[in-house]
Amino acid sequence: MSVLLLLAPFALLIVLNVLPRSTQGAAWAVCLVLFVLQTAAAALFPFAVLDWTFLAPINEAVGFTLAVDNLGALLLGTAGLAGIAALLVGRATFEQPRARFLFSCLLLVSLIGMNGIAMVRDLFSLYVFIEATSVAAFILVPLRKGKDAFEGAWKYLILSAVASVLMLASLGFFLLSAGGVSFDAAAAALAAPTPFVWAAAALFVSGLFVKGAMVPFHGWLADAYTSAPPAVSVFLAGIVTKASGIFALIRLAPALIGAAGPAREIILIAGAVTAVGGAFLSLGQADMKRMLAWSSVSQMGYIVMALGGDPSLAVLAAGLHFFNHALSKAQLFANAAAIENRLGTRDMDRMGGIAARMPLTGGTSAVASLSIAGLPPLAGFWSKLLIVLALWRGGEQVFAIIAILTSLVTLAYFLSLQRRVFFGTVLPEWSAVQEAGPGFVVPALVLAALTVIIGIGFPFLLPFLLGGGA
Amino acid sequence: MTIMTIILVLMVMAALWASMTSILLRATIALALASATLAVVMYSLGATLAAVLELSVCAGLISVVFVSVISLTQRTPFKDMLKQRRDRLARYWPLPLVLVAGGVALSFVHAPVRIVLPLPGGDGDVRTVMWTLRQLDLFGQILVLLAGVFGVLVLFRKEGKDGA
Repeated sequence: MSVLLLLAPFALLIVLNVLPRSTQGAAWAVCLVLFVLQTAAAALFPFAVLDWTFLAPINEAVGFTLAVDNLGALLLGTAGLAGIAALLVGRATFEQPRARFLFSCLLLVSLIGMNGIAMVRDLFSLYVFIEATSVAAFILVPLRKGKDAFEGAWKYLILSAVASVLMLASLGFFLLSAGGVSFDAAAAALAAPTPFVWAAAALFVSGLFVKGAMVPFHGWLADAYTSAPPAVSVFLAGIVTKASGIFALIRLAPALIGAAGPAREIILIAGAVTAVGGAFLSLGQADMKRMLAWSSVSQMGYIVMALGGDPSLAVLAAGLHFFNHALSKAQLFANAAAIENRLGTRDMDRMGGIAARMPLTGGTSAVASLSIAGLPPLAGFWSKLLIVLALWRGGEQVFAIIAILTSLVTLAYFLSLQRRVFFGTVLPEWSAVQEAGPGFVVPALVLAALTVIIGIGFPFLLPFLLGGGA
Repeated sequence: MTIMTIILVLMVMAALWASMTSILLRATIALALASATLAVVMYSLGATLAAVLELSVCAGLISVVFVSVISLTQRTPFKDMLKQRRDRLARYWPLPLVLVAGGVALSFVHAPVRIVLPLPGGDGDVRTVMWTLRQLDLFGQILVLLAGVFGVLVLFRKEGKDGA
């Protein structure tokens, strides 16, 4: 399966670009089919119902060292879902065929990058695919041009370049001190760390913190998310930032935290500061997309904080919140796109009572908001519960309490969003507003349905997750 | 003072000049100089292929790209240029001090460094490593280049009637 996940989208990308321009209109549909197939393959992966052994000769011929495990399948599936949502919103928001074509192609580049991140077994390859994903994102943000978009992309690019320098320096250190850059070599070096190895690990983790917009490297995220076209925001918030920063942290955390030293404390403090900082930054926002962007920073802090908990639960809790947050945040950005499309503004102080005119957008937005805030029985409740349990069982009661209290702040800013945008009597200015089109509503409904189904079905899902690991 | 120390000092000074000058063309020349001195360092360490690549790509090709892009821009009026120069100096004057302080601080660090040199496999040749052991990274690099091509298509293309 692994080699196909890189070569199939790559071949599609080449074919789409060598065919005559008249065929470019089909690119969007073909990409959608590919994203759906990837999501289905990733969902079926843990059940081992598909036999991929026929791909072994191709794998051998190209010589790629790749492997898919359950954690990798989680990223593959999440990338597929976020891509589907972004493509649907893109269909509704990129009116010109050429813009839609370029958007689809860049989504493919990003998908290949993320598929690589999910499957590599080597720090250098991980760095290369993180770069590929990031470069596609730098171009996606200013796809519609405009001063704000260029500024957002510029900040993202500059901070990402800093991260790249840190990670490259780390790779040099690992190469010298561990004798290689494979995950196994790095883990072996971390099992008996020297100061040189610690420096290597610290540099790599710092790079991932910048890419993952952890506080204090969070400054670029709100500008990039807010200034990007709506469909790009869905994709960035849904998966790109998580894949290029947070996923690698989840992957490397067991080796890092298993080693002696302050890694666990650093991860816990960085996670807690990010969770709390992002939540308070969300509170004061009037721009809907900006509030959602800071909320993403906060939730990424949660995911990282989980990694410092009890090792038997930490990766499961972090992985599950990674997935749940991707679902809900992609959906909330699709909702924000619908509202901006219909109202022509993102200023929440100018809204009110919109749920009466856009009931599907309002309803799905409530589901996603409450899920991220951690209300039962939605999917986000279970992942937050697991995070608190992991922290408590790991002896980190203070951080568990911080996680619970930050959840209350999360609930406060999402209730504020709901009140200002959807509740109350509709303002005369918006009395003629109609529900958004299917490009906005379908992804919102599908993602909200998944949030509810996973939430209700979680007690049945948990034994399987605990048995198989995340 | 050995020749290597002089080269390293020259490299750092060129990098500082590239960061602190307010004139793009001078920054490009400084960057090329930094790359050229780095190539000398690489060559003296035995990394011949890396030195050749650094010299040809970073000092050569990239400088050409920079200069051709700068030639497309408009010249800044003299008054504005003076102001930019003052602003830039005001903003970046601590940079050399930080660098010197960092260098002095590092000279006091004597952490035990146990270097485990990697075994590249095959015949140890860089080309063998690249083409037979790191194909996945080459694939990733091709992907980054492709993304760059899309970047040129998207960002440097005038908006036409079809919108992109």
